[in-house]
Amino acid sequence: MGIDSEHVIIQMVDVNKWFGQFHVLKDINLTVHKGERIVVCGPSGSGKSTMIRCINRLEEHQKGKIVVDGVELTDDLKQIDTIRREVGMVFQHFNLFPHLTVLENCTLALSWVRKQPRAEAHKIAMKYLERVKIPEQADKYPGQLSGGQQQRVAIARSLCMSPKVMLFDEPTSALDPEMIKEVLDVMVELAREGMTMLCVTHEMGFAKTVANRVIFMDEGQIVEENEPEEFFNNPRNERTQLFLSQVLHH
Amino acid sequence: MAEAFVEKPDLSPPIASVGVVEWLRANLFSTPFNALLTLVCLYLIYLSAPPAIEWLFVHADWRGETRDDCAGDGACWVFVKARFGQFMYGFYPEAQRWRVDAAFLIFIAGLAALMTPRVPGKRWVALFLLFVFPFVAYTLFYGGILGFEVVETALWGGLMLTLIIATIGIVASLPLGVVLALGRRSQMPIVRALCVAFIELWRGVPLITVLFMASVMLPLFLPEGVSFDKLLRAFIGVTLFQSAYMAEVIRGGLQAIPQGQYEAAKALGLNYWKLMALVVLPQALKLVIPGIVNTFIALFKDTTLVLIIGLFDLLGIVQAALTDPNWLGFAVEGYIFAGFGYWIFCFGMSRYSQYIERKLETGHARR
Repeated sequence: MGIDSEHVIIQMVDVNKWFGQFHVLKDINLTVHKGERIVVCGPSGSGKSTMIRCINRLEEHQKGKIVVDGVELTDDLKQIDTIRREVGMVFQHFNLFPHLTVLENCTLALSWVRKQPRAEAHKIAMKYLERVKIPEQADKYPGQLSGGQQQRVAIARSLCMSPKVMLFDEPTSALDPEMIKEVLDVMVELAREGMTMLCVTHEMGFAKTVANRVIFMDEGQIVEENEPEEFFNNPRNERTQLFLSQVLHH
Repeated sequence: MAEAFVEKPDLSPPIASVGVVEWLRANLFSTPFNALLTLVCLYLIYLSAPPAIEWLFVHADWRGETRDDCAGDGACWVFVKARFGQFMYGFYPEAQRWRVDAAFLIFIAGLAALMTPRVPGKRWVALFLLFVFPFVAYTLFYGGILGFEVVETALWGGLMLTLIIATIGIVASLPLGVVLALGRRSQMPIVRALCVAFIELWRGVPLITVLFMASVMLPLFLPEGVSFDKLLRAFIGVTLFQSAYMAEVIRGGLQAIPQGQYEAAKALGLNYWKLMALVVLPQALKLVIPGIVNTFIALFKDTTLVLIIGLFDLLGIVQAALTDPNWLGFAVEGYIFAGFGYWIFCFGMSRYSQYIERKLETGHARR
């Protein structure tokens, strides 16, 4: 894949990060093009969450370069905020705001960051709540919803900002088994609509259906990177093979 | 061989045992020890309650003007009645007391509007109370403009003074506490160090010392001719002192907010101030309502310490009245009245905070 600057949305060049003495990310190089759907997998502690959290600066990288939509991530707070506005994120534990209703969760950033008038923010929020199929829950509080519903609200909340990229950090890991599907369905639909997605997940079925690239990470490095078919049928690296044998046979 | 699955019908729950006898048996006489405790407590109530009621109400003297009207062996409420004006207003001139009443009526009306859920236009009421009312109150209390006669702060006293100091202390110490708490958790080392130093300094010193310093020591350091009002100095002392406590209560709330809330807010592009104002503080303050109200109540009662620097708050004025040769020997009545005055306000705050807590409850799950 040649780097076409017109279509590159995220570029990570030799990114390194340490937690104290611990070297979590080692020379990460990753280029994401517009419309790509990338699944990142790997054993726990491999740095996959840290990697995608670096993209919207929830974690700070100490060496290397990250450019998102033409803006380089530096200590400049303005640039960080600019990037965060364009990058949506969905968390493992949803992180909805419990003191606000579902609708208010969605309109908060529209009103205060995008400065949309109330009625407009309301309209946008309802549009995305309909898209994740829970418009009827708009006036409830997050604490009154099931885990799957909460995660769909969290997705709608991110989409309201019309992000150019969506980051998913293990979006189904905290869910009861019967709720995983409703969240994955929403994500599959999102992928079909052409959203650029980076998704840390253990849902290999999801990777097979929607990803156009799968990345395997271990001990802070990208060990293997391939199209899903090749990745699952012909894993080249030993560690990938071991990981897949553990994940797929359960 | 497994038996075929049969759907079981929903049954209604067992009928709860009700009735006085059942309730007594279940709650007061469930075990021999419990029964014994119940009997002992009933005996203690029997010993203490009837004499107290007799003294307070039945044999008490209510009517009259002087101590000669207190002939009975009950409480002499005539004393409180005769001194009531002073207990409320201190030495505020009688002809001007309507000004104090007017200010408090405006304040209470505004407060009631804020506290009642169904009243519209809360924002305007709040803005009025915060930014307009202080000037109105100052004009009414102190005078000097609009043809109002000047009433020096030295004449203010009684419940009026208690309420003024407490209200100003409460209104000023909460925002100051929020700022200090945020500062103490700041990433910026100098801001953090300053806030820590401020909090630890004020928390480490007794309020009496603060008030004493403010009233006795401070004037020594000021150039000649410069002086500020003793009451103003008390306001500043009480506010700074209580804001240090408030800061620590609020910091407790801030620490209870999970990291995920910060991350979600940041990921949406909210900057530090919006993140704090819209996401973190609303949750943190709600969590520490009991602690905040606890501090308010402590502040309310600590206002009594201003009598150290010669200001006569409710307790101070009651004590002063006790030394009046015409009314010697009615200390118990005086203290009961003062205590009751404080209790009414503190209990009111406590109940209102419980109501607010229930109202702000939005479901159990905290993520």
